[in-house]
Amino acid sequence: MDGSMTPPAIVKFDNVVKKFGDFVAVEKADFEIGQGEFIAIMGSSGCGKTTTLRMLAGLEDPTSGDIYLDGERVNGRATWDRDTPMVWQSLALFPFLTVQENVEFSLKMRGVGKTERDERARKWLDKMQITEFADRGINQLSGGQRQRVALARALVTEPKILLLDEPLSALDAHLKVRMQAVLSNLQKDLGITFVYVTHSMSEAFAMADRVVIMSRGRIEQIGTPEEIYRAPHNRFVAEFLGSANIFDGVVGAATPGGHMVAYDGGEVELQASELQGATAGDKVTFIVGAENVDLAPVGAGQDGLSATVVGEEFLGATATVFLETDGGQEIKVQKAHAALKAVKCHAGARLIAHWAPSACHVLPGENA
Amino acid sequence: MGNENKLINGWLMLHIVLCLIFIFAPIAGSFVFSLNSDRFPSLPLGEFSLDWYRAIWNDPLVWSGFANTVIVGLIVAVIATILGFGGAYTDFRYNFFGKSFYLALALLPPTIPVVIMGLAMLAFLSRIQLSGSTTSVVIAHGVMCSPFAMAIIRLRLSQMDPDLEAAAWNLGGNEWATLRHVIIPFTRPAIFAALFITMAVSFDEFAVAWFVSGLNETLPVKILGFLQGQVSPRINAIGSLAFLSSMTLIVLAQLLLRNPNEGSK
Repeated sequence: MDGSMTPPAIVKFDNVVKKFGDFVAVEKADFEIGQGEFIAIMGSSGCGKTTTLRMLAGLEDPTSGDIYLDGERVNGRATWDRDTPMVWQSLALFPFLTVQENVEFSLKMRGVGKTERDERARKWLDKMQITEFADRGINQLSGGQRQRVALARALVTEPKILLLDEPLSALDAHLKVRMQAVLSNLQKDLGITFVYVTHSMSEAFAMADRVVIMSRGRIEQIGTPEEIYRAPHNRFVAEFLGSANIFDGVVGAATPGGHMVAYDGGEVELQASELQGATAGDKVTFIVGAENVDLAPVGAGQDGLSATVVGEEFLGATATVFLETDGGQEIKVQKAHAALKAVKCHAGARLIAHWAPSACHVLPGENA
Repeated sequence: MGNENKLINGWLMLHIVLCLIFIFAPIAGSFVFSLNSDRFPSLPLGEFSLDWYRAIWNDPLVWSGFANTVIVGLIVAVIATILGFGGAYTDFRYNFFGKSFYLALALLPPTIPVVIMGLAMLAFLSRIQLSGSTTSVVIAHGVMCSPFAMAIIRLRLSQMDPDLEAAAWNLGGNEWATLRHVIIPFTRPAIFAALFITMAVSFDEFAVAWFVSGLNETLPVKILGFLQGQVSPRINAIGSLAFLSSMTLIVLAQLLLRNPNEGSK
């Protein structure tokens, strides 16, 4: 994304580190979140994404570094003195209160009078389409209804930012997709910032304007879903996305446009712009998207990697074929069924895998 | 049920029935004889009579003992439940050095033999000029009952979603507001159960009360006094009533603790 397009920041993490004893939960968080942005923090469990969110909520204090909320430094400010409501993974609804009392809770804590509380809560019950359940107990609701109560309870103070900690993980696949749409529309409708923590790439990529990918307390990449998908920063991100082939190569002789790069099984000419300053003798790692690899029969005169088909996975209209070269390099190919049939692809078959040099993308974060 | 076996089930049932008979036979016997007109507990029974109940009704000594018991029981229940809640919440909320030692110490009193406890209490309370009064029984029973309250409330807190408290903070409640609006409502059934159980424990406690009560005897201590003077069927009547009141408290507590997911509604 163009820097000038970024909206004014509502959240700023300035070199934030969080340690629990010797364990480093967040190594160095240094990023901004724009006003009205839907941002997803994604990573596997223990990567520090929830700790990052809890620091923003004021439930954890950073070990070092500063956190700014709406331009103010908020280190050490208690969570009840910030307006950073959170939707919890367990939802954490109060079982001894009715739906309406749950929604009114934060207004009551802020000393809002009874009539106004009722009015504001009703507005959000209405917005979340749960007015008819206002007087029910939490235990009498379905999973999807509870989700809506949790959202209404968090949003009733009309905050500038909403934090969500894997709120959809307990729902079944069908309901999950529907709630994604609800959240997406809600965020656009309200125009406030959503910070959404998840381990699910499909959730993050479906809803977020920008995605923060974390691993072992480090931020690996920040970007729009498209940027990350097209140009992963390093091997971790590429492997996390899982849809690309990764090759290690060495830069060789210069060509008019760039350099030749030798890798296990072949050589490819990469443009200077793609090589980002790497010169002869440097190591580079590049990826080729599975959808950009073509297959040809052996002996048809096509140059490429000779490999054996080891498995196949069907995904609706396309299939992913897994091949292995004699050198042990795995190659993933994603193709329509007809294209696979044309080259007689079946387990054990020998085929030539090839791709255009322009399909190669050098990972800037590796060997740098 | 995979291992349904009628014979084994039958034996187990018989075993339970025998255990219950063994436990309740003396109490049931005492109840039967309390309604018997005869002076001595012997078979065959005499006529049905409420004379012994009438006798204790008209006995000022029984009334003063009963009044002491109720006053002590009510105050002890409140004190022990407050202390027990504090202990349980500390355990729920905080991790600190020596926590297991703290817990062991807090839950220790019921494991001390009552005679030792009574003697120690007497020695300590007389040293600080507090022995031989209703206050001394309240103090001693408070110490003995708090662990029961703590255990009951601790169990309830362990059933709480740990995110609940943090969620209340996050929604703008400070620690005191959260204690009042989340922790106490959530533990309310256990708090009432603790009140009833600690009251029942204090009602029935004899040994320590005997050591420290002085002239302000509670009912169990009074009963011993009666027994030492004469074996009267009035004892059966008092015993039946005492049993009934304790059982009522215990049953109330059990009803409150029965369905922990329903909350206090």
